[in-house]
Amino acid sequence: MKKSSIKSSLINLVVLIIVFGILIVLCEFDILSNYIRGILMVCCISIIMACSQNITVGYLGQIALGGAGFMGIGAYTAAIITKAMASANILVGEGVPDTLRFLIAILAGGILAAIFGVLVGIPALRLRGDYLAIITLGFGEIIRVVIQNLKFLGGKGFSEGSAGQALVGINRISNLYVVFWVMVICVALMYTFIRSKYGRAIIAIRNDDIAASASGLNITFYKVLAFTVSSFFAGVAGGIFAHYIGSLSAGSFGWLKSTEYVIMVVFGGMGSLTGSVIAAIVLTALPEALREFSDYRMLAYSVALIIVMIYRPTGLLGTYEVSVTRLINKILGKKEPSLHAIKAEVEASGTKEEEVVK
Amino acid sequence: MLRVENLNVFYGAIHALHNISLTVEDGEVVSLIGANGAGKTTTLHTITHLKEAQSGIIEYNGKDLRKAKDNTIISLGMAHVPEGRHVFRNMTVQENLEMGAFVMKDKVTVKRNMDMVFEYFPRLLERRKQTAGTLSGGEQQMLATGRALMSNPKIVLMDEPSMGLSPLLVKEIFKIIKTLHVNGITVLLVEQNAKMALSIADRAYVLETGSISMSGKASDLLKDENVKKAYLGA
Repeated sequence: MKKSSIKSSLINLVVLIIVFGILIVLCEFDILSNYIRGILMVCCISIIMACSQNITVGYLGQIALGGAGFMGIGAYTAAIITKAMASANILVGEGVPDTLRFLIAILAGGILAAIFGVLVGIPALRLRGDYLAIITLGFGEIIRVVIQNLKFLGGKGFSEGSAGQALVGINRISNLYVVFWVMVICVALMYTFIRSKYGRAIIAIRNDDIAASASGLNITFYKVLAFTVSSFFAGVAGGIFAHYIGSLSAGSFGWLKSTEYVIMVVFGGMGSLTGSVIAAIVLTALPEALREFSDYRMLAYSVALIIVMIYRPTGLLGTYEVSVTRLINKILGKKEPSLHAIKAEVEASGTKEEEVVK
Repeated sequence: MLRVENLNVFYGAIHALHNISLTVEDGEVVSLIGANGAGKTTTLHTITHLKEAQSGIIEYNGKDLRKAKDNTIISLGMAHVPEGRHVFRNMTVQENLEMGAFVMKDKVTVKRNMDMVFEYFPRLLERRKQTAGTLSGGEQQMLATGRALMSNPKIVLMDEPSMGLSPLLVKEIFKIIKTLHVNGITVLLVEQNAKMALSIADRAYVLETGSISMSGKASDLLKDENVKKAYLGA
């Protein structure tokens, strides 16, 4: 790792610890109501979901609408695991923190969602554009309907053919502090993934798939990889959701939910993880903040979306990433080295050209 | 080096290539000329696996390319400069070139290849940090060519490098092809600009509605009455 990137990771870590500190203080002194804490929890879930969808929709440039389906897989998997652990008395008891069970469950949820991501991705990603959108939407719905009918997930079985009941009695062991750090780790992992060689390949495919394939990239492999990573984090988000909400019904993982997260991605900027983070917070908090307008709040929500799309068609941030390091450098009046170097270079080439002209 | 025999390619029900056969020997520049829609690009795409062939043989140094995986072609020493300046628009020039060496693991070689590309195209060195989308058409063509050279290819397949460029830039691009030739790189060139293509090639094939109508030494084809009439505007 380069020195500058170590420094900037440290700065980011410090900022996160400060944010976390504020969160602890606000919670411990009961300044935040349970209601607000709930919203913060949903914000964390939305952030993970929006970032995960950004990998396929933004970075890979493929409109996939099945996100909520994978979230559902993660949610049900995680819920069943903690329920099973509780009934079998594994990792339950005095000295063992609930968090351990929670983390194992959400990880398992992510892994199963990723496996389904591979299975769905291989056939689906041969298609592009609207076809891909339709087929992923279809897969998302299939997942939902299957969950709805499985007996052990609260359904009545396929032969009965009726809508399932909710899966209830999930331990609500998600803890805002833990979820905060899970969210941070998820976003950091996704960021690292995008910055890696794999991420570069994925961005290259979005830029120009013919050029990418001419450069020897295995397009299908990278598409499926991006989709799988995206599904994994959707599954993790689902796992958190299950342990926050306490009971699951398949209806909450329909295609509308998927679109909601895609909207966050578009709103924040396709190809900007920080944009997705901001959009997830804003679009989760906005409908809550507008609650007093009751019926009109969804109207305001839509208007906000339309305004952003008219004035910032590339989303709030486009492909720009907010960087605390850059902000600090700006405040301190330090020039960015890279920008500086470019300027010097341009000037140098300018003089060269003048010489040629002479 | 490269041998294509009785290649047949379909787009749905349309028979795009009829029994195409051609060879490219080591160190040659071979041009494939023909009108719009004759199947020139399809031929290249079939060789590089962007398009599937229904029947025929594509052999490269004795290896069956039709069985090769698409991303292994570049490691075999075959690079493709696609038609219409396909560059990674949101990436910088340097990042674009790095993508060209994506399959290479040795960083020293990558660095050396990049220096070589900058030697061919000093223009790209100047614009190293610029996003590719902001380059001019000629520069983008240079970048696409440079990216192909990053993998240290033995053979370069070039698809319409002159398309949409000013005559001056076309000359510059062809000068590069000549330099490549001098440096021992084999080139299979697909061109609509028949005069230019024939003037730098050793041999050429004329493609007409999906089949090869003529072939021979480029200098002979330049003098051929039919070729003159149909492609050289004389």
